[in-house]
Amino acid sequence: MSIFETIRFALRGLVANKLRSGLTVLGILIGVGAVILLVAVGNGSAKVIEESIESLGTNTLTISSGGFGRQSSTSTSSTSLTVELATALADQSAAPHVKTVSPVVTSSSLAATYEDTDVTVGSFIGTHPDYATASNFSIKSGAMFTTDDVNDHSKVVVLGSTVAEGLFGTVDPLGQQINVSGKLFTVIGVLAEKGSSGLSDPNDLAIAPLSAVQESLTGYGSLSQILVQAVSADDIDTAQAEVTSILNEKLGVTSTSSSTPYRIMNQAELLETRTSNAKTFTTLLGAVAAISLLVGGIGITNIMMVTVTERTREIGIRKALGAPKRTVLNQFLVEATVLSVIGGLLGVAGAVIGSQFTIMGTKPVIVPSSVLLALGVSVGIGLFFGSYPASRAASLRPIEALRYE
Amino acid sequence: MSAHRANRPVLDVRNAKKIYGSGEATVVALAGVSLTVHRGEYVAIMGSSGSGKSTLMNILGCLDIPTTGRYLLDGVDVSKLNDRQLALVRNRRIGFVFQSFNLIPRTTALANVELPMAYAGVRSAERKRRAHAALDLVGLADRADHEPNQLSGGQQQRVAVARALVTAPALVLADEPTGNLDTQSTADVLAVLDSLNQSGRTIVLITHEDDVAMHAKRVIRLVDGKIVSDQRNGHLAASRSAMLRDAYSTAVYR
Repeated sequence: MSIFETIRFALRGLVANKLRSGLTVLGILIGVGAVILLVAVGNGSAKVIEESIESLGTNTLTISSGGFGRQSSTSTSSTSLTVELATALADQSAAPHVKTVSPVVTSSSLAATYEDTDVTVGSFIGTHPDYATASNFSIKSGAMFTTDDVNDHSKVVVLGSTVAEGLFGTVDPLGQQINVSGKLFTVIGVLAEKGSSGLSDPNDLAIAPLSAVQESLTGYGSLSQILVQAVSADDIDTAQAEVTSILNEKLGVTSTSSSTPYRIMNQAELLETRTSNAKTFTTLLGAVAAISLLVGGIGITNIMMVTVTERTREIGIRKALGAPKRTVLNQFLVEATVLSVIGGLLGVAGAVIGSQFTIMGTKPVIVPSSVLLALGVSVGIGLFFGSYPASRAASLRPIEALRYE
Repeated sequence: MSAHRANRPVLDVRNAKKIYGSGEATVVALAGVSLTVHRGEYVAIMGSSGSGKSTLMNILGCLDIPTTGRYLLDGVDVSKLNDRQLALVRNRRIGFVFQSFNLIPRTTALANVELPMAYAGVRSAERKRRAHAALDLVGLADRADHEPNQLSGGQQQRVAVARALVTAPALVLADEPTGNLDTQSTADVLAVLDSLNQSGRTIVLITHEDDVAMHAKRVIRLVDGKIVSDQRNGHLAASRSAMLRDAYSTAVYR
């Protein structure tokens, strides 16, 4: 008997028991759908994290003062980052893979006032104009301050979107003056909104020329950080090596030193850590979903067992009419496989539809391999869990099967 | 077709015994039965319940094997066959008619009749043609698309008969075919079996009703697993002419 014939027999057998077939399909559908969708949710949240970290700039290095352990034992001034150090890093011959260097001073939680409104600015940053591009900020309206502004100690400021909205609401902030800790700054630009990377709001900031901030707010102490932008994301490691050697030379760190007076944070490394966390999350979700797929598989076994028992007599008739063992086995295997394939396909369809919605605050992103895996597993489950009842059916002796009532 | 083949017995049972259980609990279902049935014969096997006729029927139908003794079906010793070969023998050489019809539920009469041919690997178009012809023969050509639960008992049994003869088997084996039927349906089914035998089919009928057995040309009575009588109802001449017809129709059919 041809395989086509066997499939027709199997389909006829399934259609004859619509409700039962339907419930089994539902079990597999939920299993497969859950696997794909939950993995998609995990993947979606990983993507969000990835994007937000990328928005910080994956090609940047953040240098901050103080190495672990060193700070407490010695309090030498060598730990402080200076503008001179920043200038040294910008030396194209010593560090050809460094694109821009932005010295940064930060003043946290400053009160800013415009007319009667006042807000607390998360971080008030004094830096060079390159900072905006290095940290992936773009200008929504107005303009970034220029190097001239830095040289001139101009009291101009570019506001993050959160601050701009908080202070001005619907009023156009350009050209307005705001009062920051008693000093007046003129708003010359507003930054475009940037995606959140987690708990802190990246748009809760204001950027002003380094010189002006040092002069009026922080004083001429050491820098909070130096933001180094590499030529490209691929050159980040080379740039880090270059930066390290320059810093070691300038700060008098020898190769025998157990620690350094500075810390370099590589965004790419941060990205890797976060991504691996997200992967763990995805695996966890996938494992939960896999259990439901397994339960669906056991459902198939159950249904096939019931089917075999209920159709014992029919199997007896078929065998009496000359159906070989192989044919009976194939019929039941095909029935189980068809159930799981239909369930699997519907599960994929369900997951695709489900992924159009936002789940747990994340937009699911379907992983193609999870679709293949879930489909493959569901077919495998059909064959595996269907084979026991099928072989039981095929091994029935016709005389006993016929006597069965 | 050689005369040798035509003369070869369809059934040749030699001292077959069937013993169930062992030791104290031994039950002897068949205590040495020898039986020869030739082509074109119409045999009724009679006996009360427990006489071993069902066991004999199962052995004849290759659904069971004798504990000892030989059984040759159409010249083939079936006790030496494996599972797959037995399935093939059941498919090609035997047509079953059961007391409880045993049609596949929720499947049309036509599909039921097609089933043994599907297992034999006959192609769909040819199958349909032969199934229609068989249904026509039992007078149910207009019921081809009905499912078993839309047919009366007599009609279901006639579908079963059509299914039994569609593969042109050497032997049609009917186990109490009228046991579940009313008088009219019984007459219908027996008429079909009679006309099948008229056209040369070998039929073995198992029954406990005398008037059913009267249709057969030879009646074998079983008591306690032994044959106690073996009588011919008809004339030898009729039997011989049936044999000749069978040889002819077999040649045409194949």
